[in-house]
Amino acid sequence: MSVLIILLIPLVATALVCIPLKRAWPRGVTVLANGALLFLTAKLALRLAAGEPFVSTLHAGLLKWISVDGLGALIVLLIALVATTASIFSIGYLTHEKLAPGKLRLYYANYNLFIFSMIAIPVLAEPTLVWIVVELTTLCSALLVSFDNTREALEASWKYVLLSLLGAGFALFGFLVLFAAMQASGSGEAYTWSGLISAAPKMPPALLQTAFVFILIGLGTKVGLVPMHTWLPDAHSQAPSPVCALLSGVETTTILYVVLRLFPVVRAAPQSHAGTWAIILGLISVGTAAFLLLQVRDYKRMFAFSTVEHMGVILTAVGLGTSAASYGAMQQIVAHSVTKSFCFFAAGATLLVVGTRDIAAVRGLIRRSPGAGAALVLGGLAITGAPPLAIFLSEFSILKAGLTQGRYTVTGLLALFIVIAFFGVMLHVNRIVFGADENGRNGSPINHHAGVEPEKPFRLPFSCGLALILAAAPILLLGVYIPKPLHDLLSLAASALTK
Amino acid sequence: MSDATNQLLENLNALAGGLFLLAAFGMVAVRQARGCLNLFITQSLLLAASAALLGLRYHSEHLYGVAIVNLVSKPFIVPWLLRKTSPGEIYTRREVEQALNIPTSLLISLALVVLAYFLGRPISNAVESEFSGPNVSIGIAGLLLGAYTLTVRREAVPLLLGVLAMENGAFFAGIAISRNLPMLVELAIATDGLIIVFIMGVLTRAVQKHVGTTAVGELATLKEAAAEPAAEPAKEEAPAK
Repeated sequence: MSVLIILLIPLVATALVCIPLKRAWPRGVTVLANGALLFLTAKLALRLAAGEPFVSTLHAGLLKWISVDGLGALIVLLIALVATTASIFSIGYLTHEKLAPGKLRLYYANYNLFIFSMIAIPVLAEPTLVWIVVELTTLCSALLVSFDNTREALEASWKYVLLSLLGAGFALFGFLVLFAAMQASGSGEAYTWSGLISAAPKMPPALLQTAFVFILIGLGTKVGLVPMHTWLPDAHSQAPSPVCALLSGVETTTILYVVLRLFPVVRAAPQSHAGTWAIILGLISVGTAAFLLLQVRDYKRMFAFSTVEHMGVILTAVGLGTSAASYGAMQQIVAHSVTKSFCFFAAGATLLVVGTRDIAAVRGLIRRSPGAGAALVLGGLAITGAPPLAIFLSEFSILKAGLTQGRYTVTGLLALFIVIAFFGVMLHVNRIVFGADENGRNGSPINHHAGVEPEKPFRLPFSCGLALILAAAPILLLGVYIPKPLHDLLSLAASALTK
Repeated sequence: MSDATNQLLENLNALAGGLFLLAAFGMVAVRQARGCLNLFITQSLLLAASAALLGLRYHSEHLYGVAIVNLVSKPFIVPWLLRKTSPGEIYTRREVEQALNIPTSLLISLALVVLAYFLGRPISNAVESEFSGPNVSIGIAGLLLGAYTLTVRREAVPLLLGVLAMENGAFFAGIAISRNLPMLVELAIATDGLIIVFIMGVLTRAVQKHVGTTAVGELATLKEAAAEPAAEPAKEEAPAK
């Protein structure tokens, strides 16, 4: 039953924010709803970590497709966590502009619908239904990406929708072939993720391989894997920053989760090359993103490219295939989500201070706004894997797993690209935060816009500061210590990949 | 059912498949949004026909379901929604410019169909049913041609129809190999198509209002840094409005 409530909360919140009341209403409702969501998912995750096999609702009727196992619970938990911090960050971020009340309601209604569509992905166990909610994530977030209604935002949103739907078309065919493979296996299992795994050895290999390739390419478009990534830096830089945190922090991961679900299926079939596919696509993504990171000019685009890089790291780790590597991949998923959402909050705070996304136009941020500057440095360090922060630990365990397995080329390349990405990001962050501007003056952007005095220190809105602190806590904590329940959950999720 | 009837059903299905492919080609070649919409409706009707024929052949209510859902949603609700959400004069506009001219496009489409044939063959061999042979390859061809229109078209409405045509293609192949999809899934996929039309219509309207064009393909300001001139002024302000 609790799973059903988790699904219903965002829907109820969507309905509630549409009631035309004061501005505090939609904000309050969204923060409360997501807080409740976080609480419930945490409880659910604890139950699973304590050893309950899976949580599902009534076994009858249409509800039989709702079921959550360890891997699903991990993803739901991350979505709820980022949704909560992003809803707090939204309060301060959006008060800064004079928004019409209707527009504000539209934002929050879309926000909650988007959360609903994401939560539905790990909660549903029937692959075709999952495909539909993947489509819904695109459609619910399209208007959030274009929220600013600038030329760039509209262009980004259009590209995002078009390429995601293009990918979805291929994925739909893949899922239909998968269904055919299931029927051809003649095993009579239900068409669910677990049913697929048990039927896999009897499926015709041609169908299974075709389905896998189509789904990998189709959903890979939405994950942002490299040949298909072109929309990602646009959409993830033009959306309002709290939405970027959701898009980059959890949406990509959630879609990747669907791809990951297929790995145990394909591996159960004879002569599969799933691991090789994953490693090749993953390394191409990491490598391309690492070099593109060196030459970005927009600091939000920089974090967007870093998302491409991390998706590649996770996919490579999953491709390695040992249980240690899978554990590392799960750890990386968690670390990336918490860190990337923090990075976009930091970028949003910076945008509030300086009013431009151009890296070249921002120098000496730390003197202008110590809070935003410090957050940006921490975000830059954390996302590139500096010790002792969360991503350092997870990337370290992936590299270690690669070395123990004897995959020296893959591990070496991965390490090299990660180091390049580190330099790329830190180069830009260092200039933004500590650099002196061209006139040697401290702390003013070159293109400051009207109404903001260049030398005046800037105070971040309270809610933005709060969201930054809340988002920073798990980054610092997970860098030094992984709590026992989380460790259990990660092992559980990793075992779902290697089965 | 007698062999003769089965033979007839198979032939009719092959005919529907051939016309389906023709409609997909037409969507690549046609220049007006209106013509594109008509071809899309024809294509959807052919998909429904093929589903009904397959349903007759295999006595499957699920395939009748697919036929009915397609018959209702695509020829009626999609055009109505399009008219509601997107600015009206798009229909009369001729698409002057495409990324590639139409003869080249048709040649590329031909190559895609050949590719689809080779992609479809192993799948239909694995499924072993008389119907799946032409249907899988034709469906994949529809999918690829739809994807191709997405890459070369510039105007919003033909792009949107390209997305829906891709879905038609995926379904045309899908129903031939995977019968008995749960009804809920079919309904959900049909609803999904309508949401696509709605959201993309709203986006098109926003683009027209704020940018003043519906040639969304020509929006290309967001690029990688290296391509921009060095002296470009800083990008626009923090979230406006």
